[in-house]
Amino acid sequence: MTQLALIIDLNVCVGCSACVTSCKEWNTSGQAGPMTDFNAYSRDPTGTFFNRVQSYEIGEYPFTEVVHFPKSCLHCEEPPCVPVCPTGASYKRKEDGIVLVDYDKCVGCKYCSWACPYGAREIDENQKVMKKCTLCVDRIYDTSLPESRRKPACVLACPTSARIFGDVHDEHSEASRLIREEGGYQLMPEWGTNPANHYLPRRKVRIDLQDDDLNRVENPLKDENFTKPSDDDLTLEDSSWI
Amino acid sequence: MHPAFSVIFLTTLLGLSQGLFTALITAQTYASVELVKVEQSSEFYAIGTLISLVFLVSALLASFFHLGRPERAWRTVSQWKTSWLSREVIVLPSFGLVAFIYGLIHWFNLDITLVHLGPLEINLSLIVGIVAVLLSFTLFICTAMIYASMRFLQEWATPLTLVNFALLGLASGFALATAYAFKSAPSLVNMFAGWAIIFTVLAMITKVSSLIRNSLIKPKSTASSAIGIRHSKIRQIAQGAMGGSYNTREYFHGQSDGTMKAVKWGFLILVFLVPLVLITIGLLQHSYIAYILAVAVQYVGLLLERWFFFAQAKHPQNIYYQTV
Repeated sequence: MTQLALIIDLNVCVGCSACVTSCKEWNTSGQAGPMTDFNAYSRDPTGTFFNRVQSYEIGEYPFTEVVHFPKSCLHCEEPPCVPVCPTGASYKRKEDGIVLVDYDKCVGCKYCSWACPYGAREIDENQKVMKKCTLCVDRIYDTSLPESRRKPACVLACPTSARIFGDVHDEHSEASRLIREEGGYQLMPEWGTNPANHYLPRRKVRIDLQDDDLNRVENPLKDENFTKPSDDDLTLEDSSWI
Repeated sequence: MHPAFSVIFLTTLLGLSQGLFTALITAQTYASVELVKVEQSSEFYAIGTLISLVFLVSALLASFFHLGRPERAWRTVSQWKTSWLSREVIVLPSFGLVAFIYGLIHWFNLDITLVHLGPLEINLSLIVGIVAVLLSFTLFICTAMIYASMRFLQEWATPLTLVNFALLGLASGFALATAYAFKSAPSLVNMFAGWAIIFTVLAMITKVSSLIRNSLIKPKSTASSAIGIRHSKIRQIAQGAMGGSYNTREYFHGQSDGTMKAVKWGFLILVFLVPLVLITIGLLQHSYIAYILAVAVQYVGLLLERWFFFAQAKHPQNIYYQTV
């Protein structure tokens, strides 16, 4: 069974928000749109977003580090938002595991957004229906696009390749390999929602240097018993001339 | 959570309606075994049912204000297999319908005796009434389970949520029944008032228990589990939006600790203490005003209680929205 998902690499995310703007740009004019903004150019601007980048400071000065943290729908394998929906508008696709909202069925009761511990769903104040990340379902299967472009807009926009799109149930996919080999983890595992999206932690490249890495034990130049050859000594090369 | 007034009115009015109807059937059950005598019983039960239905319909109207797309409300009956909200939407009108039939039987004097058990008579209306009461209890369960079934809202995910919804509904309904019976069926006043006191005291015990329980909750989700970084010092410095978003509006009540405390003490006094005193005064002084005041004060208290119920629930998503 396929479970499409995003892998987000916190090691390389620089918090540029290109994924946020590309998501909004693609989806507001696509199948999931419009993602209406209010007061966009005045006080208290607000609007619908499927993806936001947050920033966290880890540690205490001077030992701090800033982590940029993009958050969108995690397409849980046990989505708590789906069974609570009274109309069946909220559903998880069997064929690829994407959690979607049918905007023609949604009554806008907000119950699914209460049921999501991640706050991944937002009501669209214009259409009065619940909206969320669709994993760009309207472009990943679009055969009119070249195959390399059949990816969510955020993945294509990321300048540091911090977002990887793939099937996390296919053990040979790049996404699965990253989860397996680079320490991929899920958010709030305590609720048993089993999110499909995984995050890759900060990974530091460190070299542990020992003394003998710098000073080779068998380094002939350091050998105390080593005597420099004198000019009178015959060398192999010299002897060949004799 | 941000309390929505539509839901506050929905749940409190439903409680009144269900409690009052349960009171009527309690009276009829008592009357059928001749524990009490009800004068002009048909009219009493019919008008009582009408009052109960008025509250039920008001609750239903309030619920529509909660929906973004109320014209699609008919779709909400479809997912009864998984959604408690859907189940509530089915049980609510079912209760109303059976209660309405019960009211019609009394209004048009269509009651017939179905079974004679010695001196006892089991009437059709009593059977219909008991079915409606069972539906009313199912409705209490459905309404409360909407909240209690959300496991990560730890303040709600407890059987106490169900007990409180039911007991507070019954307390307010029996208080209303007391005031209603004062003019139309005086022989029932003491019985109703007695039950109103019992339910109010029980509700006070369970509500205070849930307040104590909730004050001891240790949140399962932390900033560390939310972003998956093992460190005790995590401070948010940006939340991805500067002008607020759905996430900051829907899940935060935005009130100070002082307000929360005031509301808590306010409802503890208005829902429990004042009505208990007023109903006792009513019993001792035969005072109509005291009973009416008890109902009114308790209802205002219940609005505060329900507001507090929503506001105190801390949604785990709030961890992601700590700083602009």
